[in-house]
Amino acid sequence: MATLDKKERLKIQRHAMPEQDPMVRIANFEEVNFGFTPNLAIEEAQRCLLCPKPLCVAGCPVNIDIPSFINLIAEGKFTEAAKKIKETNSLPAICGRVCPQEEQCEGVCVIGKKGTPVAIGHLERFVADWERTHGEISVPGKRPATGKKVAVVGSGPAGLTVASELVQMGHAVTVFEALHVPGGVLAYGIPEFRLPKDILGSEVDYLKRLGVDIVTDFVVGKTSTLDELLESGYDAAFVGSGAGLPVFLNIPGENLNGVYSANEYLTRTNLMKSYLFPEYDTPIAKARGVVVFGGGNTAMDAVRTAKRFGTEHAYLIYRRSWEEMPARLEERHHAKAEGIEFVFLTAPTRFIGDESGWVKAVECIKMELGDPDASGRRRPVPIKGSEYMIDAELAVIAVGNGSNPLIPLTTPAIQTNKWGNIIVKDKSTSTTKSGVFAGGDIVRGGATVILAMGDGKRAAREIDVYLKSK
Amino acid sequence: MNKIVKKRMLSPVIAEIELSAPYIARSQKPGQFVIVRVDDRGERIPLTIAHADAEKGTITLIVQSIGKTTTRFNLMEAGESVADLVGPLGKPSHIQYFGRVVTIGGGVGTAIAWPTTRAFKEAGNEVISIIGARTKELLILEQEMREISDRVIVTTDDGSYANKGFVTDSLKGLIENDTIPNLVLAIGPVPMMRAISELTRTYAIPTVVSLNPIMLDGTGMCGVCRVSVGGKTMFACVDGPEFDAHQVDFNGLTQRLRSYQKEEKLSLELLKSWER
Repeated sequence: MATLDKKERLKIQRHAMPEQDPMVRIANFEEVNFGFTPNLAIEEAQRCLLCPKPLCVAGCPVNIDIPSFINLIAEGKFTEAAKKIKETNSLPAICGRVCPQEEQCEGVCVIGKKGTPVAIGHLERFVADWERTHGEISVPGKRPATGKKVAVVGSGPAGLTVASELVQMGHAVTVFEALHVPGGVLAYGIPEFRLPKDILGSEVDYLKRLGVDIVTDFVVGKTSTLDELLESGYDAAFVGSGAGLPVFLNIPGENLNGVYSANEYLTRTNLMKSYLFPEYDTPIAKARGVVVFGGGNTAMDAVRTAKRFGTEHAYLIYRRSWEEMPARLEERHHAKAEGIEFVFLTAPTRFIGDESGWVKAVECIKMELGDPDASGRRRPVPIKGSEYMIDAELAVIAVGNGSNPLIPLTTPAIQTNKWGNIIVKDKSTSTTKSGVFAGGDIVRGGATVILAMGDGKRAAREIDVYLKSK
Repeated sequence: MNKIVKKRMLSPVIAEIELSAPYIARSQKPGQFVIVRVDDRGERIPLTIAHADAEKGTITLIVQSIGKTTTRFNLMEAGESVADLVGPLGKPSHIQYFGRVVTIGGGVGTAIAWPTTRAFKEAGNEVISIIGARTKELLILEQEMREISDRVIVTTDDGSYANKGFVTDSLKGLIENDTIPNLVLAIGPVPMMRAISELTRTYAIPTVVSLNPIMLDGTGMCGVCRVSVGGKTMFACVDGPEFDAHQVDFNGLTQRLRSYQKEEKLSLELLKSWER
């Protein structure tokens, strides 16, 4: 294949991700995006200028060698491209789907300055899927066993990453998961239509093949405390227990039937497969009108889930506007195409119930944007007297999560800040307890999958140094 | 792990199931519960631990067939395993010397009151147990409660055994005879716990109830088990399951327990048609 020059590369337009038609996909839970075909992938890969000093690599929280893997795709060497990614990232099929590339690698892509950036995320997803579906998954060689044991608390993105890194360094790793399926938020939070669970399953299987031991149904802090685990022979521990505490609105009527936290709504759907009820035992309520409060990815996941349950009016109610929404642009566009009704500059004030205790409407108040707050976004201020009703028999609260208090509560030496996040020292991942490291949402509050994975990678390096010094 | 090592029926609809669960057996305390998922398509339900044997590495659950999952569970036999068993969850019962403690078990609630009753006795309390059931057939653990109580009062609603009447009548009888408890622990159906709570409120007797709302993860993540206690929203899975009875909003609890009545009925009907 002839190598293209810069001009020729710049001429190629970015390829759109083929996806299910919105009117079809709102009636199923299957993945929205189909993924690139090999031809699309090769053409898209040819757009990369292979910058000698690539900004994309620095823009990636786990510093994937992006130009190298893209060049391998351009040459049609898909399996080699997958291997290249796996040198730095053990979960590419997940990252290719859920990372906010527009803020990271693609956000700094040079050709994105004048046109549209290379579709790095779609390409990452393509090679990961290629490797998985072509039965060519390779397991990299491991360093000799060090005889050291590490306990990892939580099997979300941070925990899975730290585990895969440490096991490749020759340490023995056991991951403890409280739920019955590994994956943390990837399993209970992110819907099937964004991240099919068999893909999560095969990424987890890959870690098992690397030698990671995963124990489900084990609540560290309850089944055993972290201190007990350390005494039983683990040389170090990593806490990636996540932001698993739902935040409610504290408004009247919140305990009515049909009012869900996003965690509950998504866990029922994704982890318990309530969309397959009664084939699966866990039920979920369905309604003609559904209101979801919040502007992040979780809110978007919840409202799009509601649509798929046959909801006629699925409202996304956000107190700011389109511009300030923290949700990824792709998700917002997908939601719009699916007929989600966005209600901006609006906040709920109370839920109204019927005689049997079910929610039937929500009273909202209109907001206007005032001066910027600490986050730099303009603060929404209620407009007096602007209250009005929206009919809804189901409501989902997706305004954020607190940090899971279980580990700090049962491990006295681990200190937390006023929000309950575990304190780490000097931008490292080490906690106030020697030999215990932490990362992901339990440290950051609600953040992203890839930042949690970045923490996992850093923690693995720091744990390795710690174990060697012992 | 998760294997049923022993099972016996205490009544036609109540099974005593002993499961291998070494970690849980070692760390559990009276009042704590486990989450069980019977099979790969199962729901997660909370069940309070009735008994544990740390040396043997087993826990015992006493389960009444009510919905699909409990019915399925009670059909399982020794040698079979449940898909998932996780715990111990929730806060343990608050055990100390109070003086005279009356523990009340209604129906299968007696199984939950059992370990806490023993702990009260071991803490030096004078323990009076009141156990009741709708009918003789549903009365459980009478002998076990006798072994750990100074006195046991038995009631059946229909009078088919022992005293005819409700557990509330027996408690009222005690109070009127000047046998005033320093603490009441009441565990059973919500209407029973509410009735006890209303009775003890008039005498200002501190009362604890163990709540059994719908749960999902059981670790504080989803909030489905929220219940209003003293006007504050609490999660029964992590803040409970035991609460000050006089502060509990029983109406709200009852209402939330009915969230999936229709679906629960459908599941059970499907299970029964499948059995046939």
